[in-house]
Formats: sequence, C-alpha cells, structure tokens
Amino acid sequence: MPATLLHKVWDAHAVRKLANGQTQLFVGLHLIHEVTTPQAFDMLRARGLGVAMPERTIGTVDHIVPTLDQRRPFLDVMAEDMLSALETNCREHGIRLLDLASGHQGIVHVIGPELGITQPGMTIACGDSHTSTHGAFGAVAFGIGTSQVRDVLASQCLAMDPLKVRRIAVTGHLGRGVYAKDVILEIIRRLGVKGGAGFAYEYAGSTIEQMSMDERMTICNMSIEGGARVGYVNPDQTTFDYLRGRSFAPQGDDFERATAWWSSLASDRDAPYDDDIEIDAASIRPTVTWGINPGQSVGIDERLPANADPEALAFMGFEAGQKLEGTRIDVAFVGSCTNARLSDLREAARIVRGQHVAPHVKALVVPGSQAVRAAAEREGLDRVFLDAGFEWRGAGCSMCLAMNPDRLNGREICASSSNRNFKGRQGSPTGRTLLMSPAMVAAAAVAGVVVDVREFAGAEVTLGR
Amino acid sequence: MAVERIREIHGTALPVRGDDIDTDRIIPARFLKSISFDGLEAHLFEDDREQLPSHPAGNPAYRSATVMLVNANFGCGSSREHAPQAIRRRGIRAVIGQSFSEIFFGNSVVLGMPCLTASAETLHALMSAVERDPSTDIALDLTTLRATANGRSYELSLSPAVREAFLDGSWDATGLLLERFEEVEAVAARLPYVSGHW
Repeated sequence: MPATLLHKVWDAHAVRKLANGQTQLFVGLHLIHEVTTPQAFDMLRARGLGVAMPERTIGTVDHIVPTLDQRRPFLDVMAEDMLSALETNCREHGIRLLDLASGHQGIVHVIGPELGITQPGMTIACGDSHTSTHGAFGAVAFGIGTSQVRDVLASQCLAMDPLKVRRIAVTGHLGRGVYAKDVILEIIRRLGVKGGAGFAYEYAGSTIEQMSMDERMTICNMSIEGGARVGYVNPDQTTFDYLRGRSFAPQGDDFERATAWWSSLASDRDAPYDDDIEIDAASIRPTVTWGINPGQSVGIDERLPANADPEALAFMGFEAGQKLEGTRIDVAFVGSCTNARLSDLREAARIVRGQHVAPHVKALVVPGSQAVRAAAEREGLDRVFLDAGFEWRGAGCSMCLAMNPDRLNGREICASSSNRNFKGRQGSPTGRTLLMSPAMVAAAAVAGVVVDVREFAGAEVTLGR
Repeated sequence: MAVERIREIHGTALPVRGDDIDTDRIIPARFLKSISFDGLEAHLFEDDREQLPSHPAGNPAYRSATVMLVNANFGCGSSREHAPQAIRRRGIRAVIGQSFSEIFFGNSVVLGMPCLTASAETLHALMSAVERDPSTDIALDLTTLRATANGRSYELSLSPAVREAFLDGSWDATGLLLERFEEVEAVAARLPYVSGHW
C-alpha cells in the first residue's frame, strides 16, 4: 500500500500500541544539550533508573556557551554549573559528549548533520523544538520536554499520538536574492503559526528538490514556527551525496546498502496525504518579519497589513501600512540553527566583502559549529567579516535566545538570521527582532537600515545559486 | 512510581487572554539557566507582568487559582518544559484553552496537568465570569469532559488517548514504556542503523 515517509518510518519504529491508544515509539537517536537535561538525569536518579541504551544518545553544549571567552570555568557561574552537570551525567552514564575540547562542538542541529549522525529513516528526539531541522534528511525528528528526555533515557521510547501529513509543494525558480529562509517565512505566513498543529510537514516540489541540504535544513528548522512539530524532505541523491564520507555515516559497501534502504523510505508517488498545498517559488520575495511571531512578515517591497495586530505594532513601534525598508537597526546577528552553516556564512560574506558595517551597528557572526568556523576560516571568510567590522565568534546558539552573554539592550532592533521574533527573545524584555535571510542581515548591517538585498547588492553580485 | 489517576479538578481560575502566547513569554530564557526547576513559578510571565502592571498573573485576586484559562495556540515556540513547570508550580492543575501548541501540550501531560480545549465562546464566557468575580469556582470532570461554573455546564475536549492516560494514571509513562523492554530491543534489532547490518 502506498505510504508517506512519515508512516513508513513510524511503522518501522512502533513498538506496540498502548492501552490508551497511543503508540510506543522507539527513538533511534537522542540528542541532548545542557539546558533541558540536568533535571531529566536527576529524575532518573530519584526513580533509581539507568540509561537504557547510552550509545543511542549523543550530547553537545550550545545554548549557554559564551562565544568570546570559552575558557573554563566560565565566568558565568550558572552556565558553568550547567555544563558541569552535563559532563558529569554523560560520564556517569557512558554517553558520548562532543564538548568544547572535541573540535566537534556546536549547535546540536548543526553538528548532528555535519558529522553524519543524522540519517534518513531515523526517529530523532531532542529537548529542543528545532529538532525538526533533522527532517531535512528524511528523518522523523521532533522536540520534546525534559520529562520526555527522562523517558527516552530510561526506555529509548516515547508515548506518541499519530500525526497527519500535509504535503507542501514549492515549485519553480526562486528569484535573485530569495533564499530558503524566505521560502519558510512565506510558508508560515500563508499557513499561520498554528496551521501545522497535528501535522508533519512534507516539503516537496521542484524548488525543494533543487535545494542543497543546508537549504533544506533551514526550511525544516522552522516547521515548528508554523506549528508543525515535524517537518521533512524525502531523501534523494542530494541527501546521499551529503552524507557520503561523513564520520558517523555508513562506510564502504554499507553505504550503498544504506542508500537502498533510505530510498525505499521516501513517500510513494501515490501516497495519501491529509492535506496538500502548492506554492509558486516565483511569488516569494525577500521576506522580513515585522511582528512578535514568525508568521507576521511581509515581502521587503510590501507594506505592513492594514489590519496588523495592534499588540505587535505597539511592541515593535511600527504602524500599519508602513514599509520596513529604511528601518534603522542597532544589531545584526548572523547565526542560529536556522542559518549558521557554511553556505549561510558564504552568502553573508558575499554581501559584505569590501564594505563596512554602519558605524551605529553592532554586528556579529556566530558560526553554527566549530567545524563551520574552521571551514569558514580556511576560505578566509573570517577576514572578510572582520575587515567589514563584524565580530567573529565561537560556535553556539548565542543571540538567538540570549542564554549566554550575547543579548540586546533595551529596545534595540536586531536584524537576525535566527528563527523567533517573540517578545524578549533576544535577551532584552523590550528588544525587537526582525527575522530575515543571512544575506538580508548582512546588507542591513552595512546599510544600517533594513534594505532590499536585491538592490543593495549591485547586479554584478551573484545572490544565491 | 505510584499511579495517580486524574479525574476531577476544581477551584478558582487565572484568566490569561491572548492568542499565540509563546513559551518565551511564559518563562523568559534567562530563567532557564539552572539545573533544577525550583523557584520557576516566581518568574511566570515575568516580562509580561513588568510591561503590563494589570497582567492577571500579578493580580493577588487570582493568587490561589488552580485552573488557567487561555486562548489559541498557547505555549507555542520553544520546547522548554520550564513553561508548564512554572505554571504547575504556581498551583495550576489544569489549563482550558482554545488550542495548545503540541509540545507544550505533551509536556503538560507528563506533569499530570491536563490541557483541555473548548470553543472561543466557552473561553469568553469563563474568562468574563472569572474577571467579574475571581472567586468563581470552576469544576472540571475528565470523565464527562465538562466544565461547570456558576451552575452552567460547558463542553470540553481532549484526545481520547490522553484522557484515558489521565483517568488510568498512565500519564506518567516511564513505567509503562519500560514494561516490555524486550519488544523495544526487538524493534531496535530490526533497524539497520541500530544493528549495523545494512
């Protein structure tokens, strides 16, 4: 019977039906970090339980790591406590930890893929809502809370309700200066921030098929901002080419056999969907959020809606009907699990090469991982950013959620390549976030105001692929 | 773990109006910097309360509430369990809303704090009644899926599986998930990426 990838992967991991009707689902890969796990390990201890399959959990440190001075102990005592707790817990239970000294540390959703830990057909859980990122590989990946982290540690399973599948087909060519970030912001704008509740989003269509893995990760990453806990792309040759040779991926002949299994998991051509929508890539423009949730966005050449939410307008200091172009920014942030991979840094660097950050703007680039940082340095991107007046930082989540020293002050406005523009998200309760692509952030940093990257970068500058 | 069955909850209510209230607003990220959940309740809606002095979470009239009333897409955003933890630790034992984000909903289930959905009209009626008289008692029954306030009865909904989990005490799933571990091992052994047998 024809089926979607979601259903095939689900069925392969279903242990049994529980008495209440939920499915006991096996979690093939469990990723952990320092913020949402210390309490989970304490709960295990309190219940006298151990970790069932320690080899199926991998940890790293990302949310609280300082991006300037990473010497231990951290200056922030609480941050040091959290990292120490993770180290102790991993050591005690035999869990592999990719820490600062490993050379593999980074945002959990960046390092999983780049090390080949993330693979098609897996079920992946992590105490972080952006776990949907891993769906770019054709995995079923979702965020969980701390008590569920406890359950996964104890049993390698979760009790889950089934999901419906909505196929979102994006077809055609993206215009110059239009990126994966703009595609997902447009999807969220159209379907709403709660439109995905109860659904897994399957991203398909020629536009998605032509995207690199980095771009697919940007799309899947923000599924949760549209209310969908799971987002995925069917695995294909692009996926396999990305994975080949990565350290945790199957090697040699195993890789060919793995490819056959992965291919068999892709949604069948005539698979039934619970919903299906189509988006014309050519209709998507460079997109910027104006409000306090990721669905409140406009194309850069559009005006804010006449019926814009008054609470959001008041918080942001904007007016209905205005344009965002020309809005003065204070901070520019290139980073986060959405847009801090090498290709994102390359796009931003292309804009700022030979230019300089506006004098009133504080601009920082926070690579998604130590490996991304090292690869960027090998290409000389660090020099491009530093010469342009950007700060070049260590890897981590940084100013996406400001659990480390990187944060906004007062009502500052930040042009940000991250994923959430919630009130207070970037560390100042009254701080304001404008979400956009890394190229748009770079252009805003130089101009000092929000600009249309298509006009900012002369026609001679290639944007995107 | 002892099985705790959850069937009836009643008490006064805390009404928090607004759609799309995200977990960063429920508990700002700076309060996640701790290795325990202790004391989170002190920071529930902290920035919202700061910016809106009339915020209900800061109103002493609602201090002893055991039910929270919310609108649509409550708890969207981050998966931080700190959000339902802060609510539960403030004494709230059930939430009634138009809709909830899935992760928040799931995190609340494992804390034994049911999130029940009701129509916009029901929420409007309940919130208005509570705002008029904060001593209004709301009684919830998970068996009948009804809420009663001021002698009027309102329809609630909850997925049958989750309702059953509260009624039979299996909402704390750890024990259940460990019950037949040999079946978990059998599933794992069939998966090529676990077994290594591609």
